[in-house]
Amino acid sequence: MNFPARVSIFLIALVLGGGAARAASDFAPAILFDFGGKFDRSFNQAAAEGAERFKKDTGIAYREFEISNAAQREQALVQMARRGATIIVAIGFTQASAVEKVAKQYPKLKFTIIDAVVDLPNVQSVNFREQESSFLCGMAAAMASKTGKVGFVGGMDIPLIRKFALGYTEGAKYVNPQAEVFQNMTGTTPAAWGDPTKGAELAKSQFGRGADVIFHAAGATGLGVMQAAKDAGKLSIGCDSNQNYLHPGSVLTSAVKGVDVAVYSAFQAAKDGTWKPGQQVLGLAENAVGYSIDEHNRKLITPEMEQRLVQAKADIISGKIKVSEYKAQ
Amino acid sequence: METYTLIVLLLAATIRVATPLLLAALAGMFSERSGVIDLGLEGKMLGAAFASAAVSAISGSAWLGLGAGIATAVLLALVIGFACITHRGNQVVAGTAVTIMVVGLGPTLALAWFNLGGHTPQLDGPGQRFVGLVWPWAQPAREHPLPGLLYAELLSGHNLIVYLAAALVPLSAWVLYRTRFGLRLRAVGENPHAVETAGISVNALRYRALIISGVLCGIAGTYLSTAASSGFVRDMTAGKGYLALAALIFGKWRPWPTLGACLLFAFTDALAVRLQGVALPVVGVIPVQFILALPYVLTVLLLAGFVGRAVAPHAIGVPYAKEK
Repeated sequence: MNFPARVSIFLIALVLGGGAARAASDFAPAILFDFGGKFDRSFNQAAAEGAERFKKDTGIAYREFEISNAAQREQALVQMARRGATIIVAIGFTQASAVEKVAKQYPKLKFTIIDAVVDLPNVQSVNFREQESSFLCGMAAAMASKTGKVGFVGGMDIPLIRKFALGYTEGAKYVNPQAEVFQNMTGTTPAAWGDPTKGAELAKSQFGRGADVIFHAAGATGLGVMQAAKDAGKLSIGCDSNQNYLHPGSVLTSAVKGVDVAVYSAFQAAKDGTWKPGQQVLGLAENAVGYSIDEHNRKLITPEMEQRLVQAKADIISGKIKVSEYKAQ
Repeated sequence: METYTLIVLLLAATIRVATPLLLAALAGMFSERSGVIDLGLEGKMLGAAFASAAVSAISGSAWLGLGAGIATAVLLALVIGFACITHRGNQVVAGTAVTIMVVGLGPTLALAWFNLGGHTPQLDGPGQRFVGLVWPWAQPAREHPLPGLLYAELLSGHNLIVYLAAALVPLSAWVLYRTRFGLRLRAVGENPHAVETAGISVNALRYRALIISGVLCGIAGTYLSTAASSGFVRDMTAGKGYLALAALIFGKWRPWPTLGACLLFAFTDALAVRLQGVALPVVGVIPVQFILALPYVLTVLLLAGFVGRAVAPHAIGVPYAKEK
């Protein structure tokens, strides 16, 4: 038997095996991850944790797919739909056009998309006010910085990441109007989510210009940013998942985004029959975004810092502090 | 002063970015000078990056990782050799096939072994990575900007592989131009029949060249996963193998000009990183998209217009068949 034949048999076995593992119930949730993969320790991983928790709580297995090239999005969605998924959660803004197309083909199926808006009667769009958590992280960065210079490393240059950058800059300037914020984007293609070498290089350049705290919103690329911060004895701020544990003592905090909660509640609502299409925008008020404090960064956040963060959080929720939202021209 | 510091930091970044390119380009040089097109550079590097990160994660030793990286890249080189030297297959196809295989195999094995979605575990234990070596008096030297900062940033503070790569350029030049092996290697890439007539085995020479290419690619891959970053992630070579090939052609298959080409590519890359969001005199802030395209635009311009004629080794790409 030649190599390709073996591979395809292996793949078929995998797919069949996955089918057999399906729970006896009719409810079949599915999740489609984005570039960077399920274990990027960031955005996709948060989604995976939500799905895992759902499986643990309900005993219902879910079907999953990690794309490795753009052409697989639609295929994977159609596969999931054809094989009887009840709800499909698509992670990431890049899935929008594929979801739109497949949702039209399967009007009875439920789709939830995270980080994008798809306006169809069977699609639920969940978005976050990342600018709010970024604002708080900007404040934390400016308060922790000794040089008055802080950095931001984004992944792919898209409005979503600009949103992080803008909130972060405003937060830093809120604490220290003279604060200087360096901003770099890794690239303009999805490859920018998975290039830790480039991330480290960008971080080093910002440290070279005097920054001593860097916030990344760059998926797996951010791992390089955090490693560079650790190597240089500086601070980094994690993104999407709580990344404080990656380099204890070097990660100031993480801008957490409740992707796990969104995935969990989408599955749960679909199971209970309370799932509704339409748009949801979640922020600090819904406790869907925020910053993380745990045993790994406890020592880095002083009581005064924490007090100001708590105050600012309340002010953002009450509307006293207005965080601008990035609008693409 | 500010500008001076920026320039020094830019040059230091250039050295870091150029290292894997240079190692891969030298690897390509040995292979192509012997008459074997090396499109497998990318794959060999990626394979080595994976193997070294995996072994370093398990064993806790970056040196064992380096060994595993080299072994893997040599093995892949021998696969290419078996296909296109022993069996006289198409060299372009063999190299590309190996690259495609590794692109899939690396993450698959990583998933099976570590269950971390195609990544290897993060390397942060002591001795798991090649970290920067700070030379004596580097810290106090910073106080005296002109020679001191140059010393502290440009010479000191890089990891071992960077220095190794720098030393490999004169070594390769010496091997290629001053040793009997080098002479035969160049001859076999120009006129294998003449080499055969002299009673030297063409295939043995080409295999040896491929093994050297594997060793160098192994070091390059190890640099990517255990020195420049901390662990293997999918597609982490990100086209560096092909860029190295371009640098090799740009450098006309010679060690010193190839070094220049690698430094130039790395410089534009490092410059692109630093130009983002910086307001320049006269033009103001340049859009990010333009900056990110700059290294590629420059590459095309240089390759198209300024290199002059790059003459490849005469027998390159032609499988050698012994005359009966």
